[in-house]
Amino acid sequence: MISSTNALNVKRFFVYLFMLFLVLLAIVPIYLLLINATRSTAQINDGISLIPGHNMAYNWHALTSRGFQIQQGFFNSLYLAVTTTIVTVYFSALTAYGLHIYNFKGRKLLWGIILVIMMLPASLSFIGFYQFVSRLHLLNSYIPLIIPAIAAANTVLFLRQYLSSVLSMELIDAARIDGAGEIRTFNTIIFPIITPALAAQAIFSFVASWNNFFTPFVLISSTKKYTLPMLVQMLRGDIYRTEYGGIYLGIAVSLVPILIFYSFMSRFIISGITMGGVKE
Amino acid sequence: MKQKTIGNETRVNRWGYFFVLPFVLAFVLFNLYPTIYTFVIAFTDLKGLRNTFTFVGLKNFAKLVSDKYFWGAVENTFVMWGWNFIPQLGIALLLSIWLSDIRLKLKCKGFFRAVIYMPNLLTAASVAMLFRSLFAYPIGPVNQFLQSLDIYAEVERNGTMIREAFQFFRSVPASRGIVAFIQWWMWYGNTVIMLMAGITSISASLYESAVVDGANSRQTTWHITLPMLRPMMLYILVTSMIGGMQMLEVPFLLTDMRGAPDFKIRTTNVYLYNMAFQGVNDYAYAAAISIGVFIITIVLALFIFFFLQDRSELKKKRVGVTK
Repeated sequence: MISSTNALNVKRFFVYLFMLFLVLLAIVPIYLLLINATRSTAQINDGISLIPGHNMAYNWHALTSRGFQIQQGFFNSLYLAVTTTIVTVYFSALTAYGLHIYNFKGRKLLWGIILVIMMLPASLSFIGFYQFVSRLHLLNSYIPLIIPAIAAANTVLFLRQYLSSVLSMELIDAARIDGAGEIRTFNTIIFPIITPALAAQAIFSFVASWNNFFTPFVLISSTKKYTLPMLVQMLRGDIYRTEYGGIYLGIAVSLVPILIFYSFMSRFIISGITMGGVKE
Repeated sequence: MKQKTIGNETRVNRWGYFFVLPFVLAFVLFNLYPTIYTFVIAFTDLKGLRNTFTFVGLKNFAKLVSDKYFWGAVENTFVMWGWNFIPQLGIALLLSIWLSDIRLKLKCKGFFRAVIYMPNLLTAASVAMLFRSLFAYPIGPVNQFLQSLDIYAEVERNGTMIREAFQFFRSVPASRGIVAFIQWWMWYGNTVIMLMAGITSISASLYESAVVDGANSRQTTWHITLPMLRPMMLYILVTSMIGGMQMLEVPFLLTDMRGAPDFKIRTTNVYLYNMAFQGVNDYAYAAAISIGVFIITIVLALFIFFFLQDRSELKKKRVGVTK
């Protein structure tokens, strides 16, 4: 009995050691990024440090004085993330509700299509998408980044599953008897009920848009409309070659908002990962 | 009377079209039509700044099949995905079993999960730029760390051996390893959470009756947890493979946007970008590449499903026969 508890303690010790290693592996790159963002080029050349320097103001200047419009980029990213999130969440809720409540012709077909879209690789439609957008003369516009967000298959899938677990037909019937129209029923009764599920989906859709690099990178050409990841990508260029601190600071600006957000919402986000997708 | 109520019901059900209309419109315009258009373009010679094209039949696909750069990109994608996926599933399995082990009674589980999942939410483009800086030559933090441990690369220059910093992005295994590491770093936390959800959904009575029969924790792991997790692992394998075939930002931004060193970290999607949006803008060939990748992905996904599912189906049948 004693030997088995001892063996368990030894195992526990090594498991904790391994967990500590993994925690360090997750944190150290980010920590080095934040520290180096505050240090001067000379300090960074000197070696690794765990203590922040006080060159952040200089690094900020070095970064922004070379046409690196980081505030502009920040607000562009924010604008896109907020609009696509609103569009995705509202229209996905609309679609999920329509699929769940009404028994119309083609409902099964549409549901099948939604399941198929989720498995299709994103690159398949990309060349056609680019050519189509180019023919519409919508290159360098945010419209092709926002409007496609109406059709977010995975959000619809998640919300429909949620609806089937929380929504009772009696509630809708009661609203109908009280004379509420179908749209009003949705906007004033259903929408508030599914807010918790919408919040989880809103977070994922916000993060996805914030992190989206490739589509804007291909479509947007004027630097005024650049998003943060596109700006960060510019740091590869020669003009920043010796401004190591500035490069780290530029990368940090795109990551810190997510880190702050995550530190408050991590519990909610993690419980949201498994709520939707995998039920098979 | 009865007919009238049916009429009412259909009328109410018509509202369904109104509710799904925005989704259908956006889907048809920006997803379905572009997909079909991609297939059309793949059979044309659409290239450069021209707007017009003529159909050239299977020319692009013939070129694709014999394009060693395309197959090189396919190989790169699979190698880097494999180097990331095998440790990802292995470590995630270990962690999820440990974290849900009642006898181990680990503390700080929530904190641990939150920390290891964190990289998954970070901007992949920025993560690539971060690791590009961390592994930089000659004075990136990784080189500085190795030098503090007195580890140097030994390079022969003019007949004498010189100790200097590692040029990680000139070495094929190192570059591929860094890409695989970043993918692993960003995704294993997600896999841990999925597997833990899978373990939680295994009925507790299975474990209870096994313990009553005298099974130890290793036996319950091998004979209950792992077999019951099989569908979840299959799901993770397929989604990770589909996602891995789409690997783009990290190998794109880590080196020169063309998969240096020697095109060896160029994934299929980076190759697609190189063809369509750099140099000659060969959209038709890029469309053929995306279709080629799609076909490879589908074939592999079906292969995985049939190969891994058939065996369990067979087992079930065998059990049925012995009954």
